[in-house]
This record gives sequence, C-alpha cells and structure tokens, in this order.
Amino acid sequence: MKFLFDKNTWQEIFGSIGKNKTRTIITVIGVLWGIFIYIVLAGASTGLDNGFERNFESVAKNSIWTWSQSTSMPYAGYKTGRRLTIKVQDATTLQNRIPEIQYIAPVNTKGVFGGEAALGVRGLKSNSYPVYGYFPVIAKMATQKIYDNGRFINEEDEDQARKVCVIGERTQQELFEKDEDPIGGYIRLDGIYFQVVGVHKFTQTTPFGTDGDVYIPFSTFRKLYNTGDNAQYFTIAAFDDADVVQVEKDIKSVLKSIHNVHPDDERAFGAFNLGEVFGKIMGFANGLTFVSLIVGLATILAGVIGIGNILLISVKERTKELGIRRALGATPREVRSLIILESVFLTMIAGIVGIIMGAGVLNLINNATQDIEFPYTNPTVPIPLVIGALLVMVVLGTLIGLIPAQRAVSIKPIDALREE
Amino acid sequence: MIEIKDLHKSYKMGSNSLHVLKGINFNVEDGELVAIMGSSGSGKSTLLNILGMLDEADSGTYVLDGIPIKNLNETKAANYRNKFLGFIFQSFNLINYKTALENVALPLYYQKMPRKQRQEKAMKYLEQVGLKEWSHHLPSELSGGQKQRVAIARAMVAEPKVLLADELTGALDSKTSYEVMELIQNINDQGNTILVVTHEPDIAQMCKRIVHLKDGVIVKDEKVKQVRAKVNV
Repeated sequence: MKFLFDKNTWQEIFGSIGKNKTRTIITVIGVLWGIFIYIVLAGASTGLDNGFERNFESVAKNSIWTWSQSTSMPYAGYKTGRRLTIKVQDATTLQNRIPEIQYIAPVNTKGVFGGEAALGVRGLKSNSYPVYGYFPVIAKMATQKIYDNGRFINEEDEDQARKVCVIGERTQQELFEKDEDPIGGYIRLDGIYFQVVGVHKFTQTTPFGTDGDVYIPFSTFRKLYNTGDNAQYFTIAAFDDADVVQVEKDIKSVLKSIHNVHPDDERAFGAFNLGEVFGKIMGFANGLTFVSLIVGLATILAGVIGIGNILLISVKERTKELGIRRALGATPREVRSLIILESVFLTMIAGIVGIIMGAGVLNLINNATQDIEFPYTNPTVPIPLVIGALLVMVVLGTLIGLIPAQRAVSIKPIDALREE
Repeated sequence: MIEIKDLHKSYKMGSNSLHVLKGINFNVEDGELVAIMGSSGSGKSTLLNILGMLDEADSGTYVLDGIPIKNLNETKAANYRNKFLGFIFQSFNLINYKTALENVALPLYYQKMPRKQRQEKAMKYLEQVGLKEWSHHLPSELSGGQKQRVAIARAMVAEPKVLLADELTGALDSKTSYEVMELIQNINDQGNTILVVTHEPDIAQMCKRIVHLKDGVIVKDEKVKQVRAKVNV
C-alpha cells in the first residue's frame, strides 16, 4: 500500500495520463456522465420525496375520514336503502374498540358538502363561509397554522360551548380592514355573534378545505344548528405504525355492528384513507428513488466499462512502453498497479467532477422550481449515497483495470519489445 | 563476470521445434568488451536475451557475477535486470512521452530512488554522453545518434554490472555509429563490461574480443586488436 502514497507513483501516473490528453478526456467523460446522471436522478427523486412530504406535513399521515351513506343490503329486518347517520358517541365506541386509533373527532359542517354556507357579517361587509364544528383534538391531526396572537379552539371553548371562532385568511380579508387586528373582534354567523380567537393559515389539511373556512367549537355548532348527536364525519388518526388499511376495515365493521348494517355492505360507510394514499405516493416516490439508483448505477457501470475498454486499447498501444519499463526493471506488480491506479484515478476524477456538476444542476433545478406549485423540495443526495457511489467507482475502476493490467503483464517483456 | 555452460534453447514452431542454441560455453571477464557476431538466425539475439534475463534457457547454467541465474519469476528477473543489467536496443526504445532526462531516470525510479536524487544522477549521465543541453527534449526532437546516446545513458545510470547492446548501431549511419562506438569504448575504458551483438564487422573490430556464432554454436572466439572508433570519426 505504501506505493499509493508515494509521490513518485503519482508522478508516473500523471505523466502517462497527462501525455495522452485526448484519450484521458474521452475516457473521463464516460464515467463523468454516469455519475452526473446518477447524482441528478438521485437528487431529483429525493426532491420529489421531500416535496410529497411537505405537501402532507400538516396532516397526520395516517388520517382517515369516514362518513355514513345509505345501506345497500337488507339486514336484521331493515330494508335496503336506509339512510344512516353516524353519532357522536360512535367515536367513543370506535376509540375503545380499536386500539390503533390515536385520535378521533366527530365533525359537523355547514356549506361544505353542498347545502348553504353560513352568512358571515361584520358591519356592512358580508359573505358566506363554510362552517366546521371542530373538537380541539383536530389540531393534533391536521396541524392548523394559526397566525400570531391567535389560538385554535380549546377544551374550555368546547365544554362551555363558547361562541368563538377561528377564521380563514380570506374571511379576515373580506370582513376586516387591512390594518385591523381580527383577534378579539366579533363577526356574526347566521345571526349569532362570535368572537374571533384566531386566524388560520390555509393549508390543505382535509380534501375539501378552503381559505374561507370558519371553525367553531363542536358543542357550539350542535346548539346553533341543532344537530343533536349526529355527526357528519369522523376525522381519525391512527398511530404511526398502524396498518391503515386494516384500521379502515375495523372502523367500518364496528360502525356496521353499531348501526345494524350487513357486514358485507360496502356502501353503508364511506372513507377516505389518507394513509393509504400517502403510502401509495411514498411507494411511488420510493420506487422512483430505487429506479433512479439502478439507472444511475447502471450508467456508472457503463462509464467504468468504457474506461476499461479504453485502457485495454491503451495497454495494447503501450505494449512496447510497458516492455521497456519491464526491461528496465519494473516488476509485474508495478506495471499492474500503474494501470490499475490509472484506472482508479481517472474514475475518481471523473466521479468527483460529475458529482460537482450534478450538484450544480440540482441547484439550478431547485432554484427554478422554487416558486411553482410542484412537489419538489430540497433535492439533496444523501452523503452515504455519494460515498457509496464513489466506492462503487473505485471498486469497479479497480476491477475493470485488472483486465488491461493483467493483459499488460501477461505479455513477456521480450515480446513486448519486439512489437513495433 | 559471466559464466555460461552448455546453454540450450529451442523454440516451438507449431509441431516442430527450432533448436536455436546448441550448447554454448563461454565466459566474460570483468571489463571486457565483447562482440557477438553472426548472421541472422545464428542465435546471437537469443543468447543476448537469455543473458538479459528477458528469456530463459532450456538447459545449461548461467552465472552472473557469482549469482546463479535460474528459476526466475518475473518479479525476481525484473529486480535482477534493474540491478545488474543495462540494455541498449537497436530501435532505442525510449518512452516517447518522456523527456531525455526522464527516460534516463526511469531505471532509478524502479530502484525507488527519490526524485531529486534520481534527476541529479540522470543529469550526470546525460552529461557524460554529451547531451546535457538536450535533457528536456522529447525523443522525437532528437536525432538517431542522440537517441542512442540517451539510451546508453539510461543503460548506464543504474551502474549495472554488464551492458548488453543489441545491434546498437543498426539504425544509425556509419558516422553516427562510430560516434556511438567511441562512447561505448570510453565507457569500457572506465572498466565496464559490455556485450555487443552485431553483424557489422567494422563494429565488431572496435571491440576487444569477437565471438562468432553460427547455427547455435560458437565457431570462433578470438581476442582482437581494438580499433579505436575515434580514428574513423
């Protein structure tokens, strides 16, 4: 190994590389291109990955929404087509029966799924806004960014059915003056005065949210709109390690047993399983990462084989030179390591330049996609992947260098000298 | 310096084998300048290659300065070549992308000599062959005679026990040949042992002893009165 750190060895290698510039450059381009593609692909897929993650970051990734529909099968004396309504207390039952559920909250809405939205009035300004009756626990499932000074609905609001609300950005813009602090202000919703306690920054935390949504405590909603024990849907978050598909099945079967629905009735309850969707998207992203890894490595391999190929030709070209070296006292080992080191050195240089260029291009793409709606964030290539790629290149460079090196020493010096 | 006993060598050429050396016996003393003469096919180059450890004999013994040369693997042969022998070829065999100085310093590189020392020594030998000013020129920028002188400097630089020259004037015109031979004679005068393979009688006459080879055997081995090359220059 000592010869690796010997200045003389490197002088010999630089000598033979530097004197054959065209050959060197062409050789290098193959691997450079390979690692460049690898880095760009890996970075881009990480970027997509991060982009998806960011799009979902405000929602518990194991979220499930479930609601009631109509039965499609007769069961227990009930005829088909019975309209079902889930009840607030079903939530407690679900929570008790299914241990995978971390949080569950019934939600009622007005003006979200059809129907008339609430009329919000403040002074002379008015507009209609969808209203949600939320439990405070919703904040844990769908993180709502609340602007400074404000807050989300809390337990006391819920217990005392306070007339407080969290309004959307658009609601604020439409009902309040620009320089006015909405916190503590009052707005009239369907004729009842509510005090504004917070303004939420709009993020897509449900499949149907808008920036004009108004949140009020669930109990207040119940009193105001006389919903009794009825709930429109449940927002459920399973634990991170739970199998969301199974949890969804469990939820439905529990609901079916509560509401006397045929166990095989597929239509009685609907659900939107974000966990499943998210899993699919992440699966897609992972698949993409994997594919890019394979493609990148294959490209590197192609490049390294190119290096081997050119070195093989160059060994043939240099047969005489190698013969002279051996006549002058170069041992087979020294000749072999000269060729292999050339191979590894070229591979490394190409690799490093390729990585730098790849990083540059990733940076350009990142800057270009900064302001557009595209799931692409922070396209980085993890350091272990880069080191891994470099290692792969050194190993491949050595292996591929072995072929020409072996060829170089397999020729007897006397035959090498005779070659013209 | 060199002791050879009953050396045999044959080459396989397809089904039949070609017996090139048929029992060579000869000794070379320290400081001799020996010409090995013979027509082509007489086995002189084969003999030189065996002496140079570039090829191995089938049978017979070869002792170089008290060291028996046999059963060499490539690595050992390379080390011996590097330490004991200096080669001069007909076609110079300089490495074309290295300067004259780098070419001369190459054997020292394989002796693991530090670069600076290597270059100093190489420069000393280049000076000795009168090419100090050409040290940073590539072989392509040198004339044939200059190239051969660089090759001689390269053969000398490792201070070998024996210099082996294979048709060293074969690619040179006669004037340049004599200049090169003058250099060889000077080197010999300093006490170096030199073997020259040639088929040119006038070159052979410039040596101190001529060994005539014919069909793989030594037919004549005579001491001659050396013709100084300087006279002809």
